[in-house]
Amino acid sequence: MVRKTVESSIAIAEAVKNCEPDVVACYPITPSTHIAETLAKFYADGELKSYITTESEFASISCICGASAAGGRAFSTTSSQGLALMHEVVYAAAGMRLPIAMVVGNRALSAPLNIWCDHQDSVAERDSGWIQLYCESAQEGVDTAIQAFKIAESTMLPAMTCIDGFYLTHTVEPIDVPTMEEVRRFLPKYEAKVKLDPENPLSIGEYALPDTYQSFREDVHKDNLAAKGKIVEVDKEFEQMFGRGHGGLAQGYGHEDADYIFIGMGSVIGNAKEAVDELRARGKKVGVVKIRSFRPFPEEEVRKLLEGKKHVAVFEKSYSLGSFAPVYADVINSLYPLRKRPVVSSFIGGLGGKDVPVKSIHEIFKMIRKREPLKVWF
Amino acid sequence: MEEYFSPGHTACAGCGMPIVVRHALNVLGKDIIVVNATSCLEIVSSAYPKNAWGVPYVHSLFENSAAIAAGVVASLRARGNDHTKVVVISGDGSTYDIGFGVLSGMLERNDDVLYICYDNEAYMNTGNQRSGSTPFGAATTTSPAGKVRHGKMQWKKPIAEIVAAHKIPYVATASIGYMADFENKVRKANDMKGARFILVLSPCVTGWNYDSAKTIELAKLAVDTGLWMLYEIEDGNFKLSHRPQQLKPVADYLKMQGRFKHLNEDEIKFIQEHVNKTWAEMK
Repeated sequence: MVRKTVESSIAIAEAVKNCEPDVVACYPITPSTHIAETLAKFYADGELKSYITTESEFASISCICGASAAGGRAFSTTSSQGLALMHEVVYAAAGMRLPIAMVVGNRALSAPLNIWCDHQDSVAERDSGWIQLYCESAQEGVDTAIQAFKIAESTMLPAMTCIDGFYLTHTVEPIDVPTMEEVRRFLPKYEAKVKLDPENPLSIGEYALPDTYQSFREDVHKDNLAAKGKIVEVDKEFEQMFGRGHGGLAQGYGHEDADYIFIGMGSVIGNAKEAVDELRARGKKVGVVKIRSFRPFPEEEVRKLLEGKKHVAVFEKSYSLGSFAPVYADVINSLYPLRKRPVVSSFIGGLGGKDVPVKSIHEIFKMIRKREPLKVWF
Repeated sequence: MEEYFSPGHTACAGCGMPIVVRHALNVLGKDIIVVNATSCLEIVSSAYPKNAWGVPYVHSLFENSAAIAAGVVASLRARGNDHTKVVVISGDGSTYDIGFGVLSGMLERNDDVLYICYDNEAYMNTGNQRSGSTPFGAATTTSPAGKVRHGKMQWKKPIAEIVAAHKIPYVATASIGYMADFENKVRKANDMKGARFILVLSPCVTGWNYDSAKTIELAKLAVDTGLWMLYEIEDGNFKLSHRPQQLKPVADYLKMQGRFKHLNEDEIKFIQEHVNKTWAEMK
């Protein structure tokens, strides 16, 4: 392992390169551009087998779908409008059971145009069948980008590593990047179970009539849920090999004896942990729950982590305009089977890069001291 | 000879498209991967669990077959397979219109892909709507023959010329009315590397509204009237494949088809003049 002080996008690109993908296809978009550029440099230096410079994100994901259908390990990266432009193919990739991996540098969606971080882009793809892992730190981004290939290839589902734009794409900090030799020990050479092969001709992407369509969709759903075990297993294996795990599906921090919980995903968890450290030092019973796997959603784990708490604040950087906040809705659903449920409040914040400093977390903990559930655009 | 596109597909009687596919595959052989855009071809050949393909086949979406193909070939080559050919077969809707940007990207990168567009001059899979390929005057469900507007009021997009402007190694037009010419072009393109493009006219019985026994005759007449020109552009050099001795009147072609039945004599004359002018420039 090599520890260097480096921009996180560069570290992620290096990690992806060390996974030895057969095909990388990218189109530049802020804030994921540096990942694409660094991979292009690796290709120019002969360190990547291929790199397709596409004319749009729609083409990028289409290229890696083709690459995967032909039996290759394939990767792309994008953000925001790029992911929105990919939308049609995002769904198709999961339905076609193509285990591609993508890093999304999370960014707001237009309009108004905004290049800064929130989760509206990837949360909008939550129903597509993809596995979605949200990262707390740059190091987790690097490690999850590697794990994503292994999870995808063993479940035949595409996997998205979501890293907060700028917070986790542009920070320069000491990061451990596993070497290619180390990655080889963790991530086996990819041998596709199903692929386009003239020696054994088969078809991928047939259309389905009403008598079979639903069962294909149900299979994707069931296999997505079944991927929970794989996500935990892969994170554990990673921890054994590299000495650090990232919490599997969901992870608590200071939560065990806490009455008040802040739950969310992404880089805000770091600030939340800091606030919890400060508050616990003053004797306050507060804790944090980090949701790492948004899809599959860890219903049982969340329920277990939140059972018996007095008040839970669900904080998220996205919304379903005209309805509820998506993570909040999933948390509420997860808690519903409990006889005695915690009070749950919904906090929306950090949209379009709006700052969520540690003091904001303190304010949230203050606001949930009461019994009434809140819905706050913070 | 082994066949790679089997009978039992559900194309209409007289449809040009299975003729295109069958003859192309016979030339291309079995060491290929076919990438297909959403189209009539996809629908008639791949309704799960049925399948007409004897070669590997992938369909993803309507507008991304050129990018899927680019990924397939990059993947093959990255994994050390330098022999399998990648062939896109798409209709005019995906080629001229909705997949045009993606096609342009593939051409600009000169990806090692043979792209065959079977051109039936409208969105036939959805029931005959106007595309960028629909010829002047043709009535479709979205360019109907009304009291004021008589079918499509614009000329066909010159897709082969636009493709050729990308300076790829090989561009050709063909018609299933001249099968030997089409097969020769497929053979030639298959032996080349880089991006190659063949546009082949493929009559549609229901959309064009003609007697289903007349498919080949009509595809031939399109060439003989000068409405459909057969040519190749190889490394930038334009070469006519066939110069009709004496152009037949366009009316012979137009009057065989329901899609042109509303045209009056002035409109037919207008089309004839356009054809005459095009060929005069070829002298």
